[in-house]
Amino acid sequence: MKTIKNIGLVIFLIGLAIFTALPLLGTYQINQAAFDELISEKRIKSELFIEDLQKNVVGQEFQGMQSLSPLVGNALDNANAAHVKNKEYKKKIYTSSSDMAAAIGKKSSSGFIAENKGLMWLLTFGLGIIGALLFIIPNVVLLGKKGIKNDGIYHESSTNQGWIAWLVFIFLVGFYLILYFKSEYAVNWTYLVDPISEGLSGNPAGHWFVYGFMYCVVMSVMAVRMYIKYRHNMYQMVRTTSVLFFQIVFAFLIPEIMVRLQMPYYDFKNAFPLDYDFFFQWNLKSLLNSGGIGLFILVWGVALTLIVVPVMVYFFGKRWYCSWVCGCGGLAETLGDPYRQHSSKSLFSWKVERWLIHGVLVFAVVMTGMTLYSFFAETGTVWGIKTQSIQNTYSLAIGSVFAGVIGTGFYPIFGNRVWCRFGCPLAAYLGFVQRFKSRFRITTNGGQCISCGNCSTYCEQGIDVRAYAQKGENIVRSSCVGCGVCSAVCPRGVLKLENGPEAGRINPTQVLLGNDVDLMELVNKK
Amino acid sequence: MEHIVIIGNGIAGITAARHIRKNSDKKITVVSAETDYFFSRTALMYVYMGHMKFEHTQPYENWFWKKNRIDLVKGYVNTVDHQNKKLILENGGDITYDKLIIATGSKPNKFGWPGQDLPGVQGLYSKQDLDELEANAPNKETCKRAVIVGGGLIGIEMAEMLRSRKIPVTFLVRETSFWNGVLPAGESAMINEHILEHHIDLRLGTNLVEILADENGRAKAVTTDKGDTIECSVVGLTAGVSPNIEFLKDSGIELGRGVKVNRHLETNIKDIYAIGDCAEQHEGIGQRRPIEAVWYTGRMMGETVAQTICENRTAYKPGHWFNSAKFLDLEYQTYGWVFSERGMQENEQHFHWRDAKEKICITIAFDKNDKQFLGINTFGIRMRHEIFDRWLTEKRDVNYVIEFLKDANFDPEFYAPYEAKIAAKFNSDFGTSISPKKKSWKRIFSTT
Repeated sequence: MKTIKNIGLVIFLIGLAIFTALPLLGTYQINQAAFDELISEKRIKSELFIEDLQKNVVGQEFQGMQSLSPLVGNALDNANAAHVKNKEYKKKIYTSSSDMAAAIGKKSSSGFIAENKGLMWLLTFGLGIIGALLFIIPNVVLLGKKGIKNDGIYHESSTNQGWIAWLVFIFLVGFYLILYFKSEYAVNWTYLVDPISEGLSGNPAGHWFVYGFMYCVVMSVMAVRMYIKYRHNMYQMVRTTSVLFFQIVFAFLIPEIMVRLQMPYYDFKNAFPLDYDFFFQWNLKSLLNSGGIGLFILVWGVALTLIVVPVMVYFFGKRWYCSWVCGCGGLAETLGDPYRQHSSKSLFSWKVERWLIHGVLVFAVVMTGMTLYSFFAETGTVWGIKTQSIQNTYSLAIGSVFAGVIGTGFYPIFGNRVWCRFGCPLAAYLGFVQRFKSRFRITTNGGQCISCGNCSTYCEQGIDVRAYAQKGENIVRSSCVGCGVCSAVCPRGVLKLENGPEAGRINPTQVLLGNDVDLMELVNKK
Repeated sequence: MEHIVIIGNGIAGITAARHIRKNSDKKITVVSAETDYFFSRTALMYVYMGHMKFEHTQPYENWFWKKNRIDLVKGYVNTVDHQNKKLILENGGDITYDKLIIATGSKPNKFGWPGQDLPGVQGLYSKQDLDELEANAPNKETCKRAVIVGGGLIGIEMAEMLRSRKIPVTFLVRETSFWNGVLPAGESAMINEHILEHHIDLRLGTNLVEILADENGRAKAVTTDKGDTIECSVVGLTAGVSPNIEFLKDSGIELGRGVKVNRHLETNIKDIYAIGDCAEQHEGIGQRRPIEAVWYTGRMMGETVAQTICENRTAYKPGHWFNSAKFLDLEYQTYGWVFSERGMQENEQHFHWRDAKEKICITIAFDKNDKQFLGINTFGIRMRHEIFDRWLTEKRDVNYVIEFLKDANFDPEFYAPYEAKIAAKFNSDFGTSISPKKKSWKRIFSTT
């Protein structure tokens, strides 16, 4: 069994190594016809840019994106600089140099990778999946009898912020930086999944399709790990199935199929303000131009945030979204599960959390207010501030850096819910509902708590669960995503997630049992 | 300002300190030789097993003590001089007090076995014991085998700890079945099976005779009363604990096995109190033992003595008995009194149900004459403390308990329910026809 595990690890690492090397490999050669096609698709009117590329790029062979990308970037910068200087604003190119290089790269498909997509898929995703499963599945036997399986978590380099964790950190951060800021280096990855994308939406894959596909693959493989690790705990089994279903069907398949049916790309479960660009002008226009389905999405999107989300939180707590449906939560609960113990439980972190997450919510709301004002008043500025620049700031700082690079990249160091705990504006909104008007609570079982601290250690949201449990208080915290792990790891059966009447939900006083009633009255006196 | 000094920073002492601070402005000093800060002793096993780091066992952050003006002194108290209201520390320093709370906890029992003090022989109680185990048994290469002596809660925890590092464990248990002095036979048998499933070499009805030393004077083997010699690198002595009160021998404070206290947790000397594991009631309260080495009783005594110290003299009145433990993967809870066959009361009758497939069972004790519910043991099913506490107070009969058992279930959502199976077995055992009622929030929240 151990041998199978090790073989699996080697296979996985080979797949990962090939995948990691791909951005720098491959040959690019764009011919005249493809170049002309690109110019017309992108509606490029800058003769400077066209001439530059004609001279330096078209027809030539480039080894690796690193030799092609700077040429495109330079051409773009020079052309734009000249047009601005000459006040030829209509000729200015607004496509970013990364997107332009990616588009050229994608059109210059030649060489081994582009011609052997199936084989390359097997050598990357295929080896990765097979290797990971070979590594994970022997645990059915190796972990022994069902029960809590946290042995050695703080002895392993990978789960105790050791060197493996730091390598994973570097890999994840690098991956997200490419995805958000250097998408031209993802061109080779898009070839791997082109056949799948074409099968679904009919279009070749872009780098976001790579991300979506990879997200589903990673979640599925790590869900297998969850099923094995928590096989004694039905709540975890059901919950894991739920997040997996919503990711694959709602976040991945349905939007792609909608594109094939000439409908707008839309993830029906992605609620504003997590879906922060829902009210952006381009999206509203696209929806309004898409006939019935566009209108339906518009109404659904608004109703989701204003009615469905709060009503469901009232009945079930925010867990129904954050740890049962949400994509960010889904990744955190599968890929991120080995890192859940790294969330800081200090009072200081809690203070930071409240400032940050509510700050982001305010930011999102203000930005959307400006966006809607701009849309209806048909103006680009509000009080002299450009709406576009606020949107760009939010997209960059919150949408890309916070949610992506930090949110997932920092898993191995700061735990798996950094974004959900410190940044997600939807979580902040749901948190208000959960805290002040909900039937959800984690009930503390009388006086059984022995203050061992397993619950606090494994709370991914950094809640000091023990602080409540040892006083006999129920846990009613806005940040709780209801993952249920505190209850699972408790050795004394003290914690239970449940939805019940609002009366008695927040036990107003300590209800430790065992002491006689008179003493409890005295203890509870403030 | 009155100066309250507490010896011991365990759950009892620290709870007392916290509640005195809540209720007063008195000067509080806690003296401990074990650690700088309060930690949860019950979690030491998880540190060795790698579930947690030691810092996770500390329920309060380090700034807490200064902020709440609880002075922490690291030191060992050699003598209590009650005439001068003074403590003499091992390092020569002294501390004067106005009121003194003794909360020094327990130490592992040793019954005079030959070789019991050899290197490699240890108990598992304190932070120092944990450090020692980490040194004695860091892995299965250094520790080829461990022998654990004493079949109680600490023994099985120690076995679980060592197994988490794949160290072979031989477990010597004096009784003919694990913990059958406390648990009824069916439950005890189920744990025996579970211990074997975890590849622990369980030797029932076996006593330690001698611990043998190697040429370096370290433990190398044990011999048993069955005539076996078992080679090992570590010997765990887990045959219970007793109050840690040696330093009080000549202090004038009345001692039995522990520090003798009355219901108000006062010793025979004015202004000296004792709480937690080291306190011994003159007579057990209800069916409780005079010395209760249990986490929550330490906490409750701390809460109680804090009231007394803050000018509100209060008696220690623990409510209905309850407790919990975990045997490897098996969770155990108990509410009220269920005695083993050995300790069974004359009027006590048992109903036992065990699931056909899973390691899940319950035993309900009731009065054979009037059917009054006396207590329940559950394995693998979590139960609601408040509900059983209420049923015990209301003196419900056993039929009522079976009928409304769903109200008491505390398992996580989506877990398989067992109430119907339990009721079916009960009906067939006692010729009743009870069908379990649906869970009702109204009943759960109703107060008597």
